[in-house]
Amino acid sequence: MIKKVRRHIVQDEPLLFEISSPGKKAYQLPELDVPAVDAVEALGAANVRSEIEGFPEVSEVENIRHYTRLSTWNFAIDLGLYPLGSCTMKYNPRINELVARTEGLAWGHPYQPEELSQGAFQILATLEKYLCECTGMDAITLQPAAGAHGEMTGLLLVRKYLESLGNPRKKVLVPDSAHGTNPATAAMVGYEVVSVKSNDHGMIDLAALEAATDEDVAALMVTNPNTIGVFERDIMKAAAILHAKGAQMYMDGANMNALVGICRPGDFGIDVMHMNLHKTFSTPHGGGGPGAGPVAIKKHLEPFLPVPRLKRIGRKYSHDYDRPQSIGKVRAFYGNFGVLVRALAYILAHGGPGLRNATIDALLNAQFIRKGLEPYFDLPVTEPTMHEVVFSHDRQEAKGVKTGDMAKRLIDYGFHAYTTSFPLIVHGAMMIEPTETEPKRELELFIDAMISIAKEVDEDPQLVIKAPHLTRTPRVDETLAARRPIVRWKP
Amino acid sequence: MRYLPKSDSERNEMLAACGLKSLDDLYSYLPPKVLIKKPLNIPVGISEYEIVDYFKKQANLMANGYASFLGAGVYNHYRPVLCDVVVSRGEFLTSYTPYQAEISQGTLTTIFEFQTMVCQLTGMEVANASMYDGSTAVPEAAMMAIRITGREHVIVAKSVHPEYRQVLHTYTLNQGIPVTECGYDSETGQLDLAGLEANLTDQTAAVIVQSPNFFGCLENVRALADLVHSKGALLVVVFTEAASLGVVQPPADADIVVGELQSFAISPSYGGPFAGIIATKEKFIRQIPGRLVGQTVDANGNRAFCLTLATREQHIRREKATSNICTNQALIALMGTVFMSVYGKAGLRELAEQNLAKAHYLAGGLPARFKAPFFNEFVVRVGDPEALNKKLLKKKVIGGLALGRFYPELADCMLLCATEMSKRESMDVVRQAVQA
Repeated sequence: MIKKVRRHIVQDEPLLFEISSPGKKAYQLPELDVPAVDAVEALGAANVRSEIEGFPEVSEVENIRHYTRLSTWNFAIDLGLYPLGSCTMKYNPRINELVARTEGLAWGHPYQPEELSQGAFQILATLEKYLCECTGMDAITLQPAAGAHGEMTGLLLVRKYLESLGNPRKKVLVPDSAHGTNPATAAMVGYEVVSVKSNDHGMIDLAALEAATDEDVAALMVTNPNTIGVFERDIMKAAAILHAKGAQMYMDGANMNALVGICRPGDFGIDVMHMNLHKTFSTPHGGGGPGAGPVAIKKHLEPFLPVPRLKRIGRKYSHDYDRPQSIGKVRAFYGNFGVLVRALAYILAHGGPGLRNATIDALLNAQFIRKGLEPYFDLPVTEPTMHEVVFSHDRQEAKGVKTGDMAKRLIDYGFHAYTTSFPLIVHGAMMIEPTETEPKRELELFIDAMISIAKEVDEDPQLVIKAPHLTRTPRVDETLAARRPIVRWKP
Repeated sequence: MRYLPKSDSERNEMLAACGLKSLDDLYSYLPPKVLIKKPLNIPVGISEYEIVDYFKKQANLMANGYASFLGAGVYNHYRPVLCDVVVSRGEFLTSYTPYQAEISQGTLTTIFEFQTMVCQLTGMEVANASMYDGSTAVPEAAMMAIRITGREHVIVAKSVHPEYRQVLHTYTLNQGIPVTECGYDSETGQLDLAGLEANLTDQTAAVIVQSPNFFGCLENVRALADLVHSKGALLVVVFTEAASLGVVQPPADADIVVGELQSFAISPSYGGPFAGIIATKEKFIRQIPGRLVGQTVDANGNRAFCLTLATREQHIRREKATSNICTNQALIALMGTVFMSVYGKAGLRELAEQNLAKAHYLAGGLPARFKAPFFNEFVVRVGDPEALNKKLLKKKVIGGLALGRFYPELADCMLLCATEMSKRESMDVVRQAVQA
């Protein structure tokens, strides 16, 4: 039975271009306090454009209605549980938004004098310190703009370090359970990707790892807890295998929400790792960004970090560009500063003990869901669950229903879909991560919904296969979109 | 803690349901060696009031109350109120990447509008959903050109933003992509055409130029395109000042356009988050990196949108993907989208013309270093830029960027920028200081 949602009016809305009409305005500029300049005279006729063809002309009221109406077609954390495994969709505290807009911070220009940038420096230095504390690492760069960007930065550090020892090496090992960004990144940094098979429990297979690790291996990219939500119990042994051959341990910190305050990658053999501040540290996903992907490292990698580094002399900070072994810059300026401000606000709100409590609640919520759903769905890996749990559609597939179908049906019950078909090592994966910010009642409603869907699969599989039924937009034809790509509006 | 929505009694009920005795049982199975030895050395949590206070204190150490003439890739433009109103809606702010099209039509529709407006603005045929920023879009364009042409190396103009070039070097170094830099004409400030011609070979995949370039000078994109295309290479045009596109001829002769949308309602925010764009010709659509939204229909036959051509991307193609990019800058791109629809066709033109007027007023009578036409930034020869800036700071004015840091040969010059937000009296302060 559907308990969480009921039908209501949804406004329809055309595209901006279709409500546009010549002469409508939503702006007014101040009167010029200097003489106007003739564009043709100043730039030359060949350099001046004619009007921007097709560009919208819409009034202020129509603008706000347009975007407000569109917004109601979205699901969001603010509306309910967003159980996307691996994505850590937690509550985004609004205080973070407020402080990121504080005038001196929001209007700070990256090239303004260092003596007028000390507030930004303090924020960056404090965040660096706290993130190092959370990870047990020695130093950190805040420059990368997102997780995948952090992965690239981390592997560049590995490469430069190995080069400094005489040989950058050729291969990067990536478990078959890894996020797609891992192999894509390794390729971008000029490494050959070698996939390492997981064992039957979805964990690192030490024998396979040992066999794959030779003097050509630059690093292993490991996710811990892994993408099945299980802690890699042999992580220290894996590190020993890599280190014995002079290779580095890279950790994809996408699942850091399971660890903060409980254990630290720096204490279990990791040399370099990235974090996703938009996951663990609550900065909003915003429909796909912005994120931030700081990279934390052990001391031996420090000389290679991107420039600039923060340098403290007395009570003043400055930018240090004099780093001859640095990999250079991975992004203009200093990173997604506004996102970093939000992450620090989150850490300040929780404090050290609070961060640990948050982690424990995240584990409790995942455990609660696992217990509630285990009787109804196949659980291919039965190792203890950390922050997320991965079921398989094996039982439902017999009725012709797949993970993606049940995920769509879940939408009718008022929840976002869980992650489908990932990790690749689980057949028909249903990957569920509740995060710590879900109330007990929401979790219970979710469990009820999933149980109800399991029953529907038995009784009326077509109901599930054709879902969603209650959304403004029924199932969308993705095949058609790819066959004849239309990626812009035309009159 | 206010972000944790459970009471202790609820926790106990949940533990009981899980067959556990205490919260510690949730992780006590972990190898003892990996467990943390002492509590995190981070102070206890503080209230909202204290958090606001902390950041206000830091903000007060910044440049509050100063007029600024810095540009160089980050511009002070007015941010219409609607932009923050829209991006503050939880349905946009707290949603994920729109993989589930049926409950993401809001985000998908705005991205489709974004892609369309980026095309209209740049004169290109397709644009993606956004890149991290302008700087990282440059190497993505270079790699794209290499995939398209099957050629080996790229040429980048020295008048492309120095930090963008640094990022290009970082990205390309380990992929075996040689990058050559091509100088500028010391008189005009534009790309040195003869130098470019000498460097162009049948193995040049792309020539990357910026217009308006780092010195604010407009490049002759059409002539460049003719030269570059005559050698079978692709022309990549970069922009850092999106507001210029309100009046300046779009780089429609380019093959790939990349740029930074910071000028469109994105606060300078000490360097980010911003939003990059990448746009190109329709025939190259399968080589574009990152996410793309496409139009399709739903089961009722109505227009609907979804992410498309995903087989280019890392989650499908893994090591063979066009890029490793996953998270992009969706919410920031939405800010830019709202900005574009608020200003609209007439507004962007008027905004650009105001920038043009202000910058030309500021430049009036100052010793221009270059002769090429400029939009809202220009280089002036001032002798000792650092000394001048010190003098201006005392008058609560942040002057221009001293160029010696990036161009030793321009150590006596600074890059000044004026926008619609520059006030005449502050501009007079700068003019007098330079002329003194």
